[in-house]
Order: sequence, then C-alpha cells, then structure tokens
Amino acid sequence: MRLTCPICGTRPLEEFTYRGDASVRRPPDFNPKNTGAWVDYVYMRDNPKGPHKEHWFHGGGCSSWLTVERDTVSHEVRSVKLARSARSGGR
Amino acid sequence: MQLSLSQEFSIAAESNFAYQTDSSLERAGQRQVVRAAMDYSVFNLISQGFRGHRGWPRAWRDPEPKPRYDAVIVGGGGHGLATAYYLASEHGIRNVAVLERGHIGSGNVGRNTTIVRSDYLLREELPFYEWSLKLWEGLSRELNFNVMFSQRGVLSLLHSDGDVDDAVRRGNAIQLNGSDAELFSRDKVLRMVPLLDPDNGRFPIYGGLLQKRAGTARHDAVAWGYARAADRLGVDIIQNCEVTAIRRNERGAAIGVETTRGAIAADKVGLAVAGHSSRLASMAGLKLPVESHKLQAFVTEGIKPLLDTALVFGVGHFYISQSDKGGLVFGASLDGYNSYAQRGNLAAVEDTVEAGLHLMPALKRLRLLRHWAGVMDMTMDGSPFICPTPVGGLYLNAGWNYGGFKATPASGWCFAHTIARDEPHPLARHYTLDRFARGYAVDSTGAGPQPNMH
Repeated sequence: MRLTCPICGTRPLEEFTYRGDASVRRPPDFNPKNTGAWVDYVYMRDNPKGPHKEHWFHGGGCSSWLTVERDTVSHEVRSVKLARSARSGGR
Repeated sequence: MQLSLSQEFSIAAESNFAYQTDSSLERAGQRQVVRAAMDYSVFNLISQGFRGHRGWPRAWRDPEPKPRYDAVIVGGGGHGLATAYYLASEHGIRNVAVLERGHIGSGNVGRNTTIVRSDYLLREELPFYEWSLKLWEGLSRELNFNVMFSQRGVLSLLHSDGDVDDAVRRGNAIQLNGSDAELFSRDKVLRMVPLLDPDNGRFPIYGGLLQKRAGTARHDAVAWGYARAADRLGVDIIQNCEVTAIRRNERGAAIGVETTRGAIAADKVGLAVAGHSSRLASMAGLKLPVESHKLQAFVTEGIKPLLDTALVFGVGHFYISQSDKGGLVFGASLDGYNSYAQRGNLAAVEDTVEAGLHLMPALKRLRLLRHWAGVMDMTMDGSPFICPTPVGGLYLNAGWNYGGFKATPASGWCFAHTIARDEPHPLARHYTLDRFARGYAVDSTGAGPQPNMH
C-alpha cells in the first residue's frame, strides 16, 4: 500500500503514521451532566467494512496531517487530502 | 480402561444421549458401543489399528439448523465453541447451535501463534487469565482430545535497568495475584536460550521474566476438541451458515437470527465473532469501542530443535516459539490501520523479521514458509468484552486484541455463565461495555484510547 501525499507525491507506507477514524467530531463544549457525546467521540467507532475516512500523519515526509479515504477490505485509496482543508473540500 | 468405558456408558445413559451414527452401525443396534468407541483412548487406538482405522466415527455431526434453539452462538471459533461446550457441560443448556460463516477454526483460532500465558499486570486481568491457564492444564483430559498443551514456559526478555525494575514489579503483581513468575539473571537467560545475541548494541540482554506454567498449544486441536466435546453433549455445529440479520421483538430484544440457511429463533443470542464484532453488533443497532486491525504471523521451514521455550522480545513486540513440527512460529506488531483483509503488508513483514534478527542473528539463514494475517478486534483500552448488552437477549464476547487464544477456555467459561445467568461472570466483571462511560478502562499498557497502540 502507498499513499499519494498532496505535497510529496506517492510515498511508501513506512513514512506514514495512522491516527484513526476521521469522521468523529469533537463536541463543541463540555457538559459534566451529559458526557455521552464525549464518550462517543473518544471511544465509539463505526469501524466500517468498506470505505473508511481516516487520518494519517506524514512524519517521514512533509509532516502534514492527511485525510485519506480508503477501503478497509481492498485497501484501495480513493482520495488523499490535507486534513486542514479536507473539511472545506480543498485539495 | 474398563473404568473409563463404564463411566462413558453411565454418562450416556444418564443424559439419555441420542447420537447420530453411521446408519449401517445403527441398524446393527450398536449405538452405545459406537458412543464408547468414539472416545480417543489407547484401547480404541489399538483396536482401530487392527481394523485399518476405518471404524472411527466422524468427530462431530453436520446437522441441518433447527427452527429454534435455547441459545445461538454466532461464530464457530475457539471462543464460540468453548462457550457452547460450557453452556452444555456447566449450565445444562444443550439445545444450542453454533453458527459459523465458513468452517470452524478458519478464523483467528487457526491464525494465532499459539502462546498461552497468564503473566498479566492488573488485577482486573490476571485472575481471569490465570483461570484460563488452569483450564488449559486440564483441557486435553476434559475434552478427550489432545490439544498438545506444552508448558514450556514463556520467557520475556529484559534489555535495560528500567526493564528489570518493571519486571520485578510485574513479577510481584503476578505472584500476589496467585500465579507464578520467576526473575532470570542474564546468565540464566543465556543458558536457556544460547542463540540470543547477548551484547546487541541497542538491546543487550539484562535478564528475563519467566512464567514456567505458560507455553503453547496446538490451535486447530483446540477448535476441534471443543467442537467434538460440545457436539457429544448435543450442541449443533452448523457450518457455512452466515448470519445476515439479528431479529428483534417489539421491545427491541433479540429473538433470533436470519442466516443464509434460513431464520433461526433463539431465546438468547451470543456474539463471538472477533474481527467482525462491529459488523454483527451494528445489526442490532450497537456501536462498539472497537476497531478491526490485522496482525501477521509467520512460520519458517522445519528445523531440528532450536528453541524449547516461548520467547518474548518486548521492545520489538516480537514473540517466537518452535512448533512440534520444527517450524519457528513468530509474529510482532499490527499492520497499524483499520482493515478487514486477512492479508498483511510488506512493511510489517520487514519490521518483524528485523526484530527477529536483532534477537537471534542465526535466524537469518532460515527460509520463511508461510505468513498470513488475522483480523482482530482492537479495543480502546486493549481489554475484551464478555457481557450482556443494552439489547435484551443479546450477549457480547469481543475485543480480544492480541490475546484471544490464551483466553479461549476462560472466555467460553465466563461467556457461558453470562448467557445462562444474564449477568457478567465475577472473573470478567470488568469486561463490560459501559466501562468507558464510567471511567473504568482496563488499560494495562497505559496507551489511551488508541486501538493500534495496545
């Protein structure tokens, strides 16, 4: 498996570190009376069999955080974007 | 021999056991004789020897699914089969089916590196794994199936003063929790395993922590042994039967499953489908604190005896033992990213082999025979689940991380209790789903909620 970093190009897996599910969202505020949203955010995962949106860190390259769409069965990589712009649909 | 045969007859008579036999033998009215002849014993081995071993009955039946069971276990791996066996033998619940998508033993019970140990640090963990080790010690006799449990010891290597301090702490914790651990000096380690590289520049040998009662077992035999023993108590083992949905009543409780071989009603449904737990749980609307990751295992060509213990090289996450066939069986870290593919990547192969050569440079002349990967439930704290779920009638056995094989007997033992009594077993009371919300994660490595770091 290789990832095509938007900055560095196609690079081997050894250069990247996996951080996990990119679809979870940090809750906007903390309410000690209702911690459910935080428990979901920190611990619960969809763990899909198929397309998965995930974060990778390019530590052996440009030190960018990436948002990758990858299939968890075929390992086909559908897209790699810079995480900081992925949410606004950037490159 | 006489005694064991007569015991068999009395057990068969007591339980009113009806066993499906070859029709020709049944016609001859020899059902009970066949039942006793099924026992694996020296007597039967010799008597079969005179008949060219053509009289052995099949080890378990191949029944059609019945429309209804008291309990259905999804997953015919080690844990599912052990659960069915203990439901029948310890709780008297015999109207049980084990549903397996492929063939039994084709998942992680046949893909691990077969190490059995109980040298855990935390008191939430050790008594459970120690009970498992005790069950392992009597398992071949209990199941009348040789699982080839070999207590050759597991030796964890230490490479710095800090490692030694940590091993002293862990050894003390193990002893305080009622199991065995022994601190080895550098000399003793090198006498036990002469092929180690003692003065490796990065990881010199400072000593070791040995658990003598630990060892290895033949993993396929564990699945087959539990399957045969459960079948003999009346459990239906149904292979090539994939669960496609969990049926629920108007109150939301589980009342059975839909399968590729039709609908099956059940009072209780137990999930034991490591690797695919999230998928099965989602059929009942549950989200789990689990990610599926793959772990690779490797075996070399067979060689003469080289290693008579199981060795753990903690800094490289590397562990190695020699099988009875002579192959060196080893493995190391996860590939590191979510995956349901039972195949590994080459980066992890290189990493693993590198760790092995660091440890024992002599390995470099060996050829690798096979390598493969298994899909694991990696949880948010590295500990498993054996518990009821928020869905009535649905029970969960999942999240075994790297440690599922050694836990097989105790996992089945505790899960059977949970299904039969609708409550967690005291040994597994910490392994509930709500522990994260309550703030009681069982995280022995202290890695935090990052599944690929455990």
